[in-house]
Amino acid sequence: MKKFIVSPAPHIHSTGNTKSLMRDVMIALTPTLLVSIYFFGFSAIKLVLIGAITCVVVEYVIQKYLLKTKVTVNDYSAALTGVLLALNLPPNSPWWIILIGSIVAIGIAKMTFGGLGQNIFNPALVGRVFLLISFPAIMTDWTIPQSWFREGIDAISGPTPLAIVKEGLSNGQNMVDIFAANSFSTKEMLFVKMGGSVGEVSAFALILGLIYLLMRRVIKPHIPFAIIGTVFVLTGIFWLVDPTQYTDPIFNILTGGVLLGSIFMATDYVTSPMNTKGMIIYGIGIGIITVLIRFFGAFPEGISFAILIMNSTVPLLNKYCKPDRFAKEVNNG
Amino acid sequence: MKKTFNIGGVHPKDNKITADAEIEVFPILDTAYVSMAQHLGAPAEPLVQKGDKVKVGQVIGKPVGFISGFVHSSVSGTVTAVEPMPDLAGIMVMHVVIAVEGDEWEEEIDRTPDVKREINYTSEEIIEKIKNAGIVGLGGAAFPTHVKLNPPKDKKAEYLILNGSECEPYVTADDRIMREQPEQIFIGAVIMMKALNVTKAFIGIEENKPQSIAIMEKVGEAYPQINVVILKKKYPQGGEKQLIDAITGRKVPSLGLPIDVGVVVQNVGTSLAVYEAVQKNKPLIDSVVTVTGHCFSQQRNFLLRVGTPFSRIIDAIGGLPKDVAKFISGGPMMGKAVSNIDASTLKGTSAFLLLTEEETKRAEEGNCIRCGKCIDVCPMGLEPYLLNKLARQGGNYDKLENEKIYDCIECGCCLYSCPAQIPLLDIIRINKAEVIKIMRNRSKK
Repeated sequence: MKKFIVSPAPHIHSTGNTKSLMRDVMIALTPTLLVSIYFFGFSAIKLVLIGAITCVVVEYVIQKYLLKTKVTVNDYSAALTGVLLALNLPPNSPWWIILIGSIVAIGIAKMTFGGLGQNIFNPALVGRVFLLISFPAIMTDWTIPQSWFREGIDAISGPTPLAIVKEGLSNGQNMVDIFAANSFSTKEMLFVKMGGSVGEVSAFALILGLIYLLMRRVIKPHIPFAIIGTVFVLTGIFWLVDPTQYTDPIFNILTGGVLLGSIFMATDYVTSPMNTKGMIIYGIGIGIITVLIRFFGAFPEGISFAILIMNSTVPLLNKYCKPDRFAKEVNNG
Repeated sequence: MKKTFNIGGVHPKDNKITADAEIEVFPILDTAYVSMAQHLGAPAEPLVQKGDKVKVGQVIGKPVGFISGFVHSSVSGTVTAVEPMPDLAGIMVMHVVIAVEGDEWEEEIDRTPDVKREINYTSEEIIEKIKNAGIVGLGGAAFPTHVKLNPPKDKKAEYLILNGSECEPYVTADDRIMREQPEQIFIGAVIMMKALNVTKAFIGIEENKPQSIAIMEKVGEAYPQINVVILKKKYPQGGEKQLIDAITGRKVPSLGLPIDVGVVVQNVGTSLAVYEAVQKNKPLIDSVVTVTGHCFSQQRNFLLRVGTPFSRIIDAIGGLPKDVAKFISGGPMMGKAVSNIDASTLKGTSAFLLLTEEETKRAEEGNCIRCGKCIDVCPMGLEPYLLNKLARQGGNYDKLENEKIYDCIECGCCLYSCPAQIPLLDIIRINKAEVIKIMRNRSKK
């Protein structure tokens, strides 16, 4: 006998699902990945592949053999964590660095909390910060690996602009001299910035990704714009007060992981607030902490720490930032 | 500027396959099964017995209590049974079964196509005629119209709003009547304005019905007191609270009714029925039903007599389509799944939708990824993920009340949008009913 379905409304569903959302983020990362491969060649491919595969395998093994639950690696979320981790590493990182980072990201930061949707901290960033603290030398070695396409620039040691600035300031130089000695051009930073992690090479490619995510309504603009706006305004104030000690706002947005972090890391659904008021507070918090670490902290770059610190406030933000209710009054009649 | 409501909403695919299909009169039935539960509130009490002869338009059920209504025979013939029968969900409801003989109408019903514009009745007479014609809201809830037109003495209506938004995908019944009987709808509105003693009315129509808008605006030139308002396409625009927000900017309070902000909302179909009842003495015995879906080719808009078995409609479209997996009475967002194909249509039936398994399939529930989409789309500004979480912990009725679960209008936007396919509305619906029960018991004390 033919069977018919009887179930409550609604009877149709939008085409979006967890898998398609993760796939959209991957598509948004494609320009950045292509640019990375162009500049770093095999090294970038190696890191991305090892990251993605390790994350998927670790999640599979834990779900299948340790937790004995349903295996959900086909939702792409683990693979995405691996790719994001790879983009946050120096391009010349050895293969075992990303292997360890991926195991920490999925095994500790994601699965110990209960898997997808349950973790408090962004897994890829936990992996990165774990590596940064455990292997500081490797994680700050900005040697540019052999490229397939651009011969002759291989093996140039290229510290990040932020590291150059921090180093210069600690040696008592002022900003004018540092900039004069290093010729940072905005144009170069926007399209091609040498020195930096795999995913930071091209601000332009990252912005293309942002546009795609916004157009597909995968993310809302609140978090990235709150972070970038806060960094701009705050560094702008410092810069206006003393341009010899502080870098200018455009430089601060285009360098380091501000774009990568605000577009792809801080907007991770699971570890960011669920409604707009919370998103704005969260973004402003990340912006402030990033600037404080850059200008006054020990590390040249602070967005990873800033995001992880603000991740811990998300449950509170979700609890206390309510959406605007339709009805403000209650009829007790 | 096109208007719309301010919070949430979704954009499901239109699928208005039958928009250009003219309304066809459905062939005369062999047997009509007229339910006594045609309206929200208490079912009517049958007034006929087995063996009685009835005419089209004859009263066969009388109201029981304040929120109830008259039921009329939709056919002429002999009553063969008065007994409980399963409705579309399989629940036993009293039905009057009539074996059809000819098509003989009550004499006072004016069946000519002439449009009668002059209104010769007082407010009280109008409400009485509407009550006697058994008119219910045709927008979905089937609330008795005479009750809505007779607000409590301490509440004053300022505006009448006619709902022509038809925001449900697939359904085109209102679109068709606006194109084919626009003037009758305007006269119905004028009649209801007189009953309510208001001087201003609006008709809200979504932008995806350009022909309806053009026709209604043209006919509306003769009715300066009634404004046609073009609305953006967004579901659930036809929800009373959303429609009032879109047109007037007023927000109906929680647990309140439109009359609390001085508005009465009626569907355009109801307006047509009011015209027919007051000007033509015709009780509500038929309605336009969109028969639609992608799994068959003969999608139509039918004028159906109340009490037509769904199985009869399937015969009329050429038999059971091969791929059909789900039958829905109403639209895909808020309609009811039909489990009993021998059940019959009601006054409020607006569509009969056939979906394939592919179209209606729900994927397996995944983990909440806290994307916040349910919050974004909720037109009441609720947090469906939170309501689901609290409800599943069990017994959190006080917390659910604090989170305003009672505001849920069950539009289904949350479940429609959830990427993890969490059955948010299913869980919320059950718990909302429980919370409202608790609140009622408390206010009784």
